[in-house]
Formats: sequence, C-alpha cells, structure tokens
Amino acid sequence: MSAFRALLGRDLRLAARSGGGAALALGFFALVATLVPLGIGPDVKILARIAGGILWVAAVLAGLLSLDRLFQGDFEDGSLDVIALSPLSLESVALAKILAHWFSTGLPLTLISPLLAILFNLPPGPTLVLFISLLIGTPSVSAVGAIGASLTLSLKRGGLILPLIILPLLTPAVIFGAGSVAALMDGMQPGGGLILLAAFAAAACLLSPFAAAAAVRLNLGG
Amino acid sequence: MNFWDMGGYAAYVWPAYGVSALGLGLAVLWTLKAYGAAKARLKALEERKT
Amino acid sequence: MQLLFRYANPHAFMRLSGALLPFTAAATILLIAIGLYLGFTVPPDYQQGMTVTMMFVHVPAATMAELAYGVIAVASFFSLVWRHPLSDVAARAAAPYGALFTALGLITGSLWGRPMWGTWWQWDGRLTSFLLLLFVYLGYMALWNAIEDETRAARAAAILGLVGAVNIPIIKFSVDWWTTLHQGESIISGKLAPVFLWPLLVMMAGYAFLFVTLWMIAIRTEILSRKARTLMLGGP
Repeated sequence: MSAFRALLGRDLRLAARSGGGAALALGFFALVATLVPLGIGPDVKILARIAGGILWVAAVLAGLLSLDRLFQGDFEDGSLDVIALSPLSLESVALAKILAHWFSTGLPLTLISPLLAILFNLPPGPTLVLFISLLIGTPSVSAVGAIGASLTLSLKRGGLILPLIILPLLTPAVIFGAGSVAALMDGMQPGGGLILLAAFAAAACLLSPFAAAAAVRLNLGG
Repeated sequence: MNFWDMGGYAAYVWPAYGVSALGLGLAVLWTLKAYGAAKARLKALEERKT
Repeated sequence: MQLLFRYANPHAFMRLSGALLPFTAAATILLIAIGLYLGFTVPPDYQQGMTVTMMFVHVPAATMAELAYGVIAVASFFSLVWRHPLSDVAARAAAPYGALFTALGLITGSLWGRPMWGTWWQWDGRLTSFLLLLFVYLGYMALWNAIEDETRAARAAAILGLVGAVNIPIIKFSVDWWTTLHQGESIISGKLAPVFLWPLLVMMAGYAFLFVTLWMIAIRTEILSRKARTLMLGGP
C-alpha cells in the first residue's frame, strides 16, 4: 500500500512539474467553453440547452491531452522497467496511474465546471447534476484512457491514434453524463442516467487496470 | 408497375444496390489481387533459393 | 478444442481452406443471385412501398458488420489465451471486411432513411451505433498498422479487440437509452411479413458466405506473406 501511495505521489508531482497537470487541462477546458458561445452565438436559451453536452465533450477532450504521456515518460527513461520489478503488481501500477491522471485532470475539471456552467446560463439544478455526473463519470475517462495509453506506449506518435482508439469506447460516458443533465432540463428525472454512468465508470475502473497491465507487460517484452 | 421505377423510389433503391455492389466488388478484387501478389512473391523467392 | 487446434495450424489451414474455398465461393454466388431475384420480385410493402427492397442489402451488411466483430473478439481471445499465431492473422484479416460491411450498412441505411425520414441522416439508434462501430473498427485497424513489431501489434490488437467486445454492447445500450431520451425513430420497427423474410434470409446467408470466402483468402494471403518474409530473412 505504501508503495502504491509513493507511486501515486510521484506521478502527481511529475504531472504538476511538467505542466501537463491540472493547469493545462483546466485551461483547455475553459477555452473550449469560451469558444463554443463565440461559435454558436450568445443566445442564452440555446447555450443553456447545450451546456451539459459541450462541457462533457470538453471534459473528455481535456482528459485526452495528457493521456499519451501516462506511461510513455516512464517507458522511455526506463523507470517503467524498474517499477515493473518492484513488488507492486502492474495492475496496481496502472490503477495508481489512473488515479494520478484523474486527480490532475478529471477532478479539477469537475471542480470548476459550476463556474463554466454560469457562462452557459445553466440553472442551479442541472448544474448540480452536471457536477455530480462529472465527478462520477470522469474517472472512466482516465480508466479507459489508460488502456489506450498503454497500448500505444511504444509508439512515437501514439498521441495521434490514441483518440481514435478510445473516443468511441467513451461514448457511453458522454451519453449518460450529458444525458442526465439534458433529462433534468426537459423535466425528467436525472437519476437513471447517473446510475448508469456510475455503473459504467465502476466497470471501467475495475476492468481497465487489468487490460492496461497486460498491454504494459507486452510492451516491456514479457 | 415499371420495374426500374421501383414505385417512385428508384433514386434511393438503385444507389443502395450500386454502392453495395461496388463496395463488395472492390473488396473481392482487392482480396484476390493481394492473394495473387503474395503467391507470386513467394514463388519468386522459392525459385531464387533453389 | 482438439479438433480446432488441429486446423489452427497454418499448414492444415491452407489445406482445409483450399478445399473449402470453391464451395463457399459457389454458395456465395448462388445465394446472392437467388436473393436478388427474390428481393426484386417482392410485392411493395403497404407502408414503405418498394423502399423495402433496400432492406435486402442493408440488413445483411449490418448483421455481417456485427458478426465480423464477433469473429475478431473470439480470435482475440484465442490469441491472448493460447497465443496462437493463426488467430492473430484471423483477427486482423476480418477487420477490413467488418469495416466495409459497417460502411455499407451506414450508406444503405442513410439511403433507406431519406424517403422515410426526409433527411439523409437521422440520429437513429441503429445508424448511430453503426457509426460508432465504424470508428471502433478504424481504431482497431489503426493500432495494427501503427505497431511495427508483428507479435507486439498482434497482442496489443487482441487486447483492444477484447476491450471493444466488452464495450460494444455497452455502446449499443447507451445509444438506445439516448434515443429513448431524445425520441428517435427507427426504420425497422414491428414485425416483418414472411414475404420479406425469405429474400432477407437468403441474402444474409449470401453475405455470410461472401465474408467467409474473402476472410479465408485474406488469411491465406497473410500466411503466404509471412512465409515469404521468413524466406527473405534467410529462415528455413
């Protein structure tokens, strides 16, 4: 457990220092949220209607930004080999990486989403649903993303095919997340969507460490 | 009713069949071409060896 | 299982597929010819008129699109568990045809939808999941092509193939949930009259045989190319 915590802390510090951490993701997230009204026009009714979807899509894309480096830095400088030799199983390593990625992207995005929701004139109720959906849904972005990152870790230009691989797999998160916000906007109960989202995220977080560990193992030549 | 007219839906029915025929036809051609090329390459290599 | 492994040897596969190919090719031609004849002689549907004939190219393509992914999933599983090189080849060879069937399903679905919905594209549950399936195929093929080392590419693709196999039903479910939320409408609803069922089944069988034929030839191509590559490297 302490090795797990040490790895998690190290990854968080690395993310913060390389500038690939929260600040970059937040900046991207906020910029997309600013560009959309500029592209669509300032009609507050339309903006409130699309806020859930736009912010969810922006959150997924922001999560992708630093994903290709999830294992790659450690792979290139050889520290991944050292980590693999440690008593910590590769599954736990993958889980630590997923958590570190979520702490430096998904969580901060969730925390500022209510601010951006104001820009879109989203009412308080849907804003709360958006916040909850991002809180429980963004871990799945990190989890599914980790599979893609581990599969492409030996590729020099893995960042290019990574979105192609994982975005289709992430559509359920966007559908359930943005859908529960839209449901409340249309006067329906958002609970069903949130439960499905939670189930998807839980399954992703549970299964992805195994897939990611298998992919890391094959890239280490095991 | 005129067969080619497809009850007024000719503009949709025939393109649907056309695209399917084109796609599948190209797949057949491409598959056979790749197979022929692989066969020829292997044969050339085997002849060079002996 | 024993039997399966006997034919999973590249040598045995070459012999077996060589013997089967003439029959599957003949079955393909025969079934599609009969299917086309039956399909064009059906009476117009009372609701859809003659647009119903588009079903005979749309539904088989869509079915094969999903079936080809099933083949990839099974082959990926075999490849990961038993590390059998032939299953890698089989998975890789199925992907382009799966993508093609998906694309044909999308295009014919759109052409079918135009007179029914009045638009080329409707965010209909079926069409939307097929669009996503197409992207899954493209990602799978891109991963195969991106990794140069053959065994690594095969193992990575097998992992992705299985992840996709778990995820595709979830994607389908989420898209269905999404269409009920936004009230989409599907072209295919209600029961199919028996007059339309027969041509459809025959066409589906024809498409299935076409896929199997092309797939076997593609596997043979890959086996021969690998042999050529070993020869070039001075192997046995």
